[in-house]
Amino acid sequence: MPKEFTLKDIGEEAQLIRRRIYFASFFMLFLLLLIVLRVFYLQVIMHDHFTTLSQQNRVKILPIPPIRGLIFSQDGILLAENRPSFSLELVPEQIDRLGDVVNRLGKMILIEETDISRFQGLLKKKRRFESIPLRFNLSEDEVAQFAVNRHLFPGVDIRARLNRYYPLGAGVVHAVGYVGRIDENDLKSLDTTDYSGSTHTGKSGVEKAYEEILHGKVGYQQVEVNAQGRIIRVLDKTAPKPGQNLHLTLNISLQRVAVDALKGKRGAIVAINPENGDVLAMVSSPGYDPNPFVNGIDEKSYNQLLLSNENPLINRVMQGKYPPGSTIKPFLGLIALNSGMRHLADETWCPGWYSLQGSEHRYRDWKKYGHGYTGLKKAITQSCDVYFYNLAHDLGINRIQAGLSDFGFGKETGIDIGGETGAVLPSRDWKQKTFGQPWYPGETLIMGIGQGYMLVTPLQLAKATAALASHGMMMKPRLIAEIRDAITDEVISVPGLEKQQIVIRNPAFWGEIISAMEDVVHGPGGTARQTGLDAKYRFAGKTGTAQVIGIAQDEEYKKEEIPDEFQDHALFIAFAPVGAPKIAVAIIVENGGGGSRTAAPIARRLFDHYLLEQNNINS
Amino acid sequence: MKMSLDDQSITGRLHIDLPLLTGLFVLCGIGLMVLYSASGQDNEVVIRQASRMVMALLFMFVVAQFSPDQIARWSLWLYLFGLLLLVAVLVVGEIGKGAQRWLDIGIFRFQPSEIMKLAVPMVIAWYLSDKSLPPATGRVMVACGLIIIPVLLIAKQPDLGTSLLVTAAGFSILFIAGMRWRLLLTLALMAAISAPIIWYSMHDYQKQRVITFLDPGQDPLGAGYHIIQSKIAIGSGGIYGKGWLNGTQSHLEFLPERSTDFIFAVFCEEYGLMGVILLMCIYMFIIIRGVYITVNAQQTYGRLLAGALILTFFVYILVNMGMVTGQLPVVGVPLPLVSLGGTSMVTLMVAFGILMAIHTHRRFLSF
Repeated sequence: MPKEFTLKDIGEEAQLIRRRIYFASFFMLFLLLLIVLRVFYLQVIMHDHFTTLSQQNRVKILPIPPIRGLIFSQDGILLAENRPSFSLELVPEQIDRLGDVVNRLGKMILIEETDISRFQGLLKKKRRFESIPLRFNLSEDEVAQFAVNRHLFPGVDIRARLNRYYPLGAGVVHAVGYVGRIDENDLKSLDTTDYSGSTHTGKSGVEKAYEEILHGKVGYQQVEVNAQGRIIRVLDKTAPKPGQNLHLTLNISLQRVAVDALKGKRGAIVAINPENGDVLAMVSSPGYDPNPFVNGIDEKSYNQLLLSNENPLINRVMQGKYPPGSTIKPFLGLIALNSGMRHLADETWCPGWYSLQGSEHRYRDWKKYGHGYTGLKKAITQSCDVYFYNLAHDLGINRIQAGLSDFGFGKETGIDIGGETGAVLPSRDWKQKTFGQPWYPGETLIMGIGQGYMLVTPLQLAKATAALASHGMMMKPRLIAEIRDAITDEVISVPGLEKQQIVIRNPAFWGEIISAMEDVVHGPGGTARQTGLDAKYRFAGKTGTAQVIGIAQDEEYKKEEIPDEFQDHALFIAFAPVGAPKIAVAIIVENGGGGSRTAAPIARRLFDHYLLEQNNINS
Repeated sequence: MKMSLDDQSITGRLHIDLPLLTGLFVLCGIGLMVLYSASGQDNEVVIRQASRMVMALLFMFVVAQFSPDQIARWSLWLYLFGLLLLVAVLVVGEIGKGAQRWLDIGIFRFQPSEIMKLAVPMVIAWYLSDKSLPPATGRVMVACGLIIIPVLLIAKQPDLGTSLLVTAAGFSILFIAGMRWRLLLTLALMAAISAPIIWYSMHDYQKQRVITFLDPGQDPLGAGYHIIQSKIAIGSGGIYGKGWLNGTQSHLEFLPERSTDFIFAVFCEEYGLMGVILLMCIYMFIIIRGVYITVNAQQTYGRLLAGALILTFFVYILVNMGMVTGQLPVVGVPLPLVSLGGTSMVTLMVAFGILMAIHTHRRFLSF
């Protein structure tokens, strides 16, 4: 049709559409015919074949769960292993009256409400011919009981499975975590094919973070079963691919010392190798035994853990938020030097209190009659509060916030297991957003001694301490040293290091701060000089005592009159040896009183063990 | 000029096409019967499905009351509205079975992609019908754009089945509008070239489906299981089938998704080849009636839209049966009016409502 023709030619168009629709219909009719032919092929030509298959659809494909990878410590101690255990399993398809059978089983073997409700949950999700566990961890008596009566229960069988076991129990639970039974929630995120044979999945810690590596790949077998569904023979088998083994950075011998040091106390200890960010020890006290969780802890015990005042379920290392107290001072000292607001020679008069201009309020020093003239080094060594009130006032909240942020405060450390908090590094914006209030100058002052809004996790504190030790190298903490093949034990991969250098105006400042921290433990007026006595190596540290409650202006802090849960937290950060740091620690003892008395001696024990005793053992 | 109804019978006045309605009723009846068996004789499921059918029929009846002119006027708006909802689904949609398809609007959840199954053919019919046919290359390109935008949004959810059906609906209009063969071949060639690109942008589970389709033995525990079991069910049915409620594969629950996408396998097992041929005849009856309506439509818009809707219905059947018999990948397309499920049924019935509207609102021109 010529282009200039603008008038629509209705007849021509109708003709065109008619031709096309007939064409399309015939084309599709042809395709439909192909499908009929296909059905003809399946139903007539292949009929016998498929009838055989369907009549003895007794050939089943059953998944074979892979064996979960093991977890070792850096010093070769087994932290998570697989032990055989017996479970009672039902194949719903082969059972006529399921409820009745479960009742009859209950008369022989103890079955709890939780077992039944979990079983019913799985019943909906699984295919009817799949075996569903009803009870785990049968005792040998129970196994024997059932074995005798097995003929009364078609479709019910005892199955040996591998069960996760944590030999060290509570000692490493917060790092290693635990596996638990797959629940309906897990099924949403897990690959149902890959987990078709698995009953457990990582629920916390390394077990959860490295689930994919630990789990392995499912295998399957084609089996021939008899009329009751029992396997007669295996026709074909594809072996599962076992999960890979993990070697952690944890040094269990050091970890044991740390657990021991916190025995009967609430608190946290983290030890990091400043050279590479390896977490050498990670203890949150009190811990809890993960083994009951593997097959479902009973409600009573769980509530006991959950409602305990001691909060054992919380991983204090990564989730505990504490005021840093005086341990923040070395960092603030470095920020002040770097900003040029303070020089080493600058001295502040400390009469034992500090007041903002035009204000009556006295911010007190821990030393009632003051430190006299105080320079930066002395202020760190003796932990002079007035010096740092003044310093914080001069720096201002913006500079403090920026400087501390460089050390990773207020941010997650990026450790390779999940669940950590970034705690709180306050700023003007933060205050506005959180409280809808402006920032007050007094709040800057108390930040100078690590009180007020600021909160840190022990892990953040350890990471920042390690950064001080290595002159500003921020290493991302990690728990995994190596991933190894479960069969050949070959190293498959080694997680890379992630680091970031804090750049300052004059690198000599690092040395100045470190030497002040060295004086804390080795110097004459050092707050932790008792701890440093007779050490065969030099170390550097800083004590901290964080107030849990505020004390009124005219009140004295009287230890005896204050209930336990309001006692101060004791903190200590340290690294050793000073020349070439191999270990940096952050220690927090909740309501432990003074940092120098309670927390610092723990650091000494850890260092002695790691640097002296352990080397002796090795050599 | 004056308008009048051609047919003063009751069905004419109600704007109902009796042959089409009869076909649909028969189909729905068969659907409920198979569903009763596939669901393990669950009355509740059947009653719920039946009430969905009644609701869908009501929708159909309402839509049939509008004249094609009115429907044409809404085309663009419905299309834009649908696009808006698709974007909304990506932003705030609910995730079900690993895909983000649903939009929760208080009373019920629905899939906006369903709207597109109608809106795309409507907007393209509207766009093409105001100039003479066959469409110029530029207009074809614009139409392609109108198809591709929603298709990409739907594929991103990800919902391969629906995006396939929307594409089919859009292109069937272009085809019947007389799009030139040379252009058609060029597009086909382009599609062939872009296939690798699509492959790399697919989700793992979609890739897995294609791989499994090519070799179901690869994943006998997961996706391949569907096809293996479905073939056993169909094949064991034979010429006459095992009879209603006697299908062992479905009742022993070897066959997954037997009430929804794989219901055709249950049908084949229980009714055999004879049943399949009968079902095909019913489908063909509906399609032939649809083609008749298309050919006798008075205006270009109606012709194009009716043609596209009936061809899409055809594609629906082909894709589902192809998938269940193991000739096409498992893309998640239900068997129209037989599979369990509400949303797709409403869409289908509305489509038939449009067909009836096109057929019953006839105008006689008198000068």
